Amino acid sequence: MNLDPIAISATGLTRKFGSLIAVNNVDLEIPAGTIYGFLGPNGSGKSTTIRMLCGLLTPSAGAAMVLGMDSVRQSERLKQEIGYMTQRFALFEDLTVRENLQFISAVYALPRARRRSRVNQLLQEFNLMNQTGQRAGTLSGGQKQRLALAAATLHEPKILFLDEPTSAVDPQNRRDFWEKLFEMAQQGTTILVSTHYMDEAARCHRIAILDLGIKVADGSPKELGENIAYNVIEVVADNPNSARLSLAQNKSFTSITQLGVRLRVLIPKEIPDALEQVQLNLRQSQVSAQAEPVFPDLEDIFMAVTEERRRAEAA
Amino acid sequence: MNSLIRIFAVLRKEFLQLSRDRLTFGMIVGIPLLQLLMFGYAINTDVRNLTAAYADEANTHLSRQFISDIAASQVINLSQRVDTVQDLNRLMDAGVIAIGISVPEDFDRRVIARDRSAVQLLVDGTDPIILGVAQQLTALPIAFDSQTAAAPLRLIGVRNYYNPERRSAVNIVPGLVGVILTMTMVMFTAVAIVREKERGNMELLINTPIKTPELMLGKIIPYILIGLIQLVIILTMGRYFFEVPIRGSYAHVLAASLVFIAANLALGLLLSTVTKTQFQAMQMTFFFFLPSILLSGFMFPFDGMPVIAQNIAEVLPLTHFNRLIRGIILRGADITSMWNEMLAMIAFLAVTLTLAIARFSKRLD
Ligand SMILES: Nc1ncnc2c1ncn2[C@@H]1O[C@H](COP(=O)(O)OP(=O)(O)O)[C@@H](O)[C@H]1O
Ligand SMILES: [Mg+2]
Repeated sequence: MNLDPIAISATGLTRKFGSLIAVNNVDLEIPAGTIYGFLGPNGSGKSTTIRMLCGLLTPSAGAAMVLGMDSVRQSERLKQEIGYMTQRFALFEDLTVRENLQFISAVYALPRARRRSRVNQLLQEFNLMNQTGQRAGTLSGGQKQRLALAAATLHEPKILFLDEPTSAVDPQNRRDFWEKLFEMAQQGTTILVSTHYMDEAARCHRIAILDLGIKVADGSPKELGENIAYNVIEVVADNPNSARLSLAQNKSFTSITQLGVRLRVLIPKEIPDALEQVQLNLRQSQVSAQAEPVFPDLEDIFMAVTEERRRAEAA
Repeated sequence: MNSLIRIFAVLRKEFLQLSRDRLTFGMIVGIPLLQLLMFGYAINTDVRNLTAAYADEANTHLSRQFISDIAASQVINLSQRVDTVQDLNRLMDAGVIAIGISVPEDFDRRVIARDRSAVQLLVDGTDPIILGVAQQLTALPIAFDSQTAAAPLRLIGVRNYYNPERRSAVNIVPGLVGVILTMTMVMFTAVAIVREKERGNMELLINTPIKTPELMLGKIIPYILIGLIQLVIILTMGRYFFEVPIRGSYAHVLAASLVFIAANLALGLLLSTVTKTQFQAMQMTFFFFLPSILLSGFMFPFDGMPVIAQNIAEVLPLTHFNRLIRGIILRGADITSMWNEMLAMIAFLAVTLTLAIARFSKRLD
């Protein structure tokens, strides 16, 4: 049993590709047994960070300790303890589902009897019993993802790295997948999952928001919502377009995001009467709408932290 | 123990994948068959029935006999008779004939006097094979060194000795063993590894506890077997289609081939560590294949090459294998008498394999 409460810690983790800084001075502290999310758009450095933590990429600067082991110098020992589900399906498409799992079980050198029982157990657990003889390349997106997760957990790793695991999966499968993750976290596995879906990130115990290689915020979704420097006002209007045009005239409103008939307006906390300002603006333009303050969701948080960074850079 | 489990896992995976990869499977059998037939076909057509014409300006009993003997050799196809040398020149310029035979008016006198060559051969020198045939034909007039009556008998003797078809096949089939193995072995391993990089499998593999030598061994062993299958195909075809006997011991053929195959596989592994796509791997294979085929003595005689080319050739495993395999198959030589050739291949194997393992990184950077 790993008694260390911190499963992963990193300081100043940096990775350059030529002149591009893919990951820039990232500090991390990930408690054992949590589901930790990396949230960020494409190219923000999620995969690169995960690869450095797995010991697959050498950091240009900084260091990471994973389960008390140095991710560079002790990477081979580390490999027995971690599971990694790559962003792209990495199992062998010309092998069957069972053959793939058999291969993985042998590569981790499980004892012979254990290999067979573990493969059967996983086939059951991940609902692949009807696909055992099917070539992996012909599986559906959801089946591929279940197979990849089964392969990554076969050797019962203490930490699981999942790089955008649900990008090719339908909503039902995504729900089942997350239930599975919660189950594993319950049993003590630390899970690091990257995503660009806000709703998925919201399920994580803690998240780090990455933007252009920089960690712009981290904490639980609740903490992050409390800590941003903005109030969020939700506006529901019959004609959201005119409401948006009207609100856009006020330059102190940081951002206006439209979601169907609803608009979410980010207003810096320095402005004390945010709600009144919004209502006044709408009244003046004679737009009929209801406005109310709401707790920031991840989308708002993401807007807020990336906006702050852009301002800091501009200044 | 764990190492064995892992090597065996890779082996099993490779065999499963190979058995499902029709293209590679087709190449394993197809490349040797195709190359052998290609060369066999070339041997048969290029040196038989070359179109030729003759101008018999002497038109004596002896000259007619000479012409009919040449025609009977079947090396050339004496289809046309023209009047003068100028006519022959015209036909050659037009590309109608590859060889012209000009018999001068004083043919009989020249044959008897032996002061000047009795017959002139006009040769299309653009094709080295035709030139070779011509050189063989020049041997024919030597038979006229004595009396008229003796000529036909001696001609037949000369003709058999210079049967070009047999001689070429005997030389080429053992050489082809090495050429085909070089091409397929280097390419198969390089592509087998690069393909896994391209498909993303490698990122999964290097994140497992598998060790580099385990992965490499598991990848090499199936291809050693494939190399041996190709060896059997080539030698069997050579034996029954081209009547190339194996004079030396099978064990020695096997020993030389095993080391040679391993050397090429190791090179394939090394190439895979410096390439990112299957296309690059193919290009690199070709980059190595070309000097091998040109400098190894397969195409051109080794002794005729400039020193620098010879030095390069000494590094290539194909050079040493060609000497070994020709020695064993054609001369029935003992492998121990050519231990230095074996040693050269083993050195190449050791160096490339070490480099490949050192260069193969379980990291992505
Ligand atoms: N091997 C590489 N060589 C060069 N650039 C790379 C490499 N891997 C990633 N990058 C670049 O680094 C940045 C971050 O990439 P990545 O970590 O894959 O982002 P994400 O996973 O968040 O989409 C991108 O701009 C990407 O183009
Ligand atoms: Mg990514």
